Amino acid sequence: MADVLVVAEVAEGKLKKTTHSAITFAQKAAATIGGTFSLLVIGDGAGKAAAEAQGFGAAKILVVEDASLKNYLAERYAPTVAAVGKGYAVVVGTASAYGKDLLPRVAARLGAGYASDITEVIADGGKLKYKRPMFAGNAFGISSITTPIQVVSVRQSAFAAAEPTGGPSAVETVAYAGPSKAAERVEFVSFDQVKSARPELTEARVVVSGGRALKEKFNQVLDPLADVLGAAVGASRAACDAGYAPSDLQVGQTGKIVAPQLYFAIGISGAIQHLAGMKGSKVIVAINKDADAPIFQVADYGLVADLFATVPELVKGIQAAKG
Amino acid sequence: MKILVALKRVADPDNANKVKIPASGEKIDTTGLEWKPNPFDEYALEAALRLTENGTQPKVRAGEVVVVTFGPKETETTLRAALATGADKAIRVDAADDKLDGDLVARALKALVEKEKPDVVLMGKQAVDGDSNQVGQILAELLDWPMATFAATIREEAGALLVGREVDGGVSTLRVKLPAVVTVDLRIVAPTSVYSTKTPATHKYNDGVRFAALPAIMAAKKKPLVEVKLADLAPDQALKVSYHGFAAPPARKAGIKVKDVSELVSKLKNEAKVL
Ligand SMILES: Cc1cc2nc3c(=O)[nH]c(=O)nc-3n(C[C@@H](O)[C@H](O)[C@H](O)COP(=O)(O)OP(=O)(O)OC[C@H]3O[C@@H](n4cnc5c(N)ncnc54)[C@H](O)[C@@H]3O)c2cc1C
Ligand SMILES: Cc1cc2nc3c(=O)[nH]c(=O)nc-3n(C[C@H](O)[C@H](O)[C@H](O)COP(=O)(O)OP(=O)(O)OC[C@H]3O[C@@H](n4cnc5c(N)ncnc54)[C@H](O)[C@@H]3O)c2cc1C
Repeated sequence: MADVLVVAEVAEGKLKKTTHSAITFAQKAAATIGGTFSLLVIGDGAGKAAAEAQGFGAAKILVVEDASLKNYLAERYAPTVAAVGKGYAVVVGTASAYGKDLLPRVAARLGAGYASDITEVIADGGKLKYKRPMFAGNAFGISSITTPIQVVSVRQSAFAAAEPTGGPSAVETVAYAGPSKAAERVEFVSFDQVKSARPELTEARVVVSGGRALKEKFNQVLDPLADVLGAAVGASRAACDAGYAPSDLQVGQTGKIVAPQLYFAIGISGAIQHLAGMKGSKVIVAINKDADAPIFQVADYGLVADLFATVPELVKGIQAAKG
Repeated sequence: MKILVALKRVADPDNANKVKIPASGEKIDTTGLEWKPNPFDEYALEAALRLTENGTQPKVRAGEVVVVTFGPKETETTLRAALATGADKAIRVDAADDKLDGDLVARALKALVEKEKPDVVLMGKQAVDGDSNQVGQILAELLDWPMATFAATIREEAGALLVGREVDGGVSTLRVKLPAVVTVDLRIVAPTSVYSTKTPATHKYNDGVRFAALPAIMAAKKKPLVEVKLADLAPDQALKVSYHGFAAPPARKAGIKVKDVSELVSKLKNEAKVL
């Protein structure tokens, strides 16, 4: 038993991009322990999504579809994921809301140790060690799991999305293992989706984030900038708490972790919890009227200015520069 | 309703950039940092108090809140503060931080749940020191209970909770029949986030968590605080995750201040080449 199982994330019959980061992990982990990796595609529309899982070099693509998997509930998914996971040395997913919710339950069912939100897998002889951020990214711990099966979630921004390069993988259908007893006492009620035409925060090449300073003008000020850059929009906790931006856009230790090529922090002070979510960005730009704001300590380019006057000017400047 | 709240103390999260790692990498040195309750656990306690009262004046309690922490003797300060804020009883499970992992905490909590028989276990979605985000989910599975993680709103119904959860792409709403495990997110302490069946729908709480009044701090000294041995809850104390060393994150190189928008645009285009 030296194989790795990737738990794919499926939405509306499509493989979510989060899955590709877990595949990157699996490619390295399987090579280290001398095994192969397979993909478990479970959920509504899994059959369709499985087609998108071809070409990554998986030994097998395991498909689980069942009417009762329509709306995701950990209590319905965990028994099947654990039943399949039993045959593997490592079970991995991505630390998205889905992975964070599901994987610890899977680990508990397997009696396995769980290392969450890791940023690096280290090959130590034939063994695996995991580097994970702690204390809002101010320390890294090197951990290992002592149980026969290991469960891991990876930080999407730290594992580049795998590209399809390999040959075809064999597709197998796996039977749904049924719900756990707990599932009888939980009912899916609704999903209120925040629709957006912009790229996903965790996948965007450019992120434009705004803070408390934007007030009710959050969208009015940031949208033109995001448009001209094709960027995703993010926010600080203060902006989300105040309702200027949907909670789903919160960047930080306890929100989304992003590492784009270019990150704009506009009217954001730079609290530790915010920095934890964007410090890994390649180039950071900060616009703040307070020259002493901590955000300037991590910014490559800082501009001390009033954002309401500056951002529209910046939009024009970028438009001109792009020609 | 009886609610068990798990409360961890952590090294002051607002100064987390002051943690030190010795060259040997053998530990994370938090000396000089004050202990604070994990903010998410403070939020869980606030939610528990809101669920066990009528909200309006005069305040009437309708239920019981028990707080539990795993830690050495000095973590009793955190528990006393929780009692002063309104919890009815506190339990300290005697344990050392470096002899715990998420699985062991969850297994011990399971044993405690079987003794205390709460209707709900409320806890933070993550401890902001280890940032693991695991104990609630593991506990729910060990108990074979339903769970609602990342709760931003909770409405009590007869024998159930309607929970709005902050997930990728929006808000997912679940109904969990009690007993259940709920882990809370930041927005759970907003003014209209939590309603018990006794709280009028028009009631608005103050934003954030409540603070203990001075008389309550005195009264809290008389509330029960019991100590339990970890071995009595979890005879097997083997850790499933072990740490071999620690490292500081790479430092970002210092940046520059630009004088105006045109300099910024030119730097982004010609120096950073990101436009
Ligand atoms: C010096 C040191 C050494 C350590 N060594 C190890 C190690 O070798 N292996 C390892 O896995 N971990 C280690 N830890 C971390 C360990 O002590 C954690 O407490 C444990 O892993 C569970 O917390 P978490 O951060 O995983 O919880 P999370 O899953 O992030 O927390 C979720 C919720 O669980 C509850 N909770 C968690 N812990 C407690 C607690 N102690 N008391 C009350 N409620 C709690 C809280 O409600 C919290 O909001 C070490 C910590 C220190 C300080
Ligand atoms: C448990 C916990 C978890 C948290 N998690 C997160 C998280 O994940 N993400 C996160 O972001 N925060 C998080 N926080 C909150 C964090 O501590 C800060 O409170 C928050 O990031 C502050 O947001 P802000 O920078 O928008 O607001 P503020 O700190 O109020 O900063 C506003 C900034 O705008 C500037 N400004 C004002 N007007 C103008 C103007 N006209 N032009 C230019 N600049 C202007 C000001 O100088 C100031 O620097 C968390 C806190 C806790 C306790």
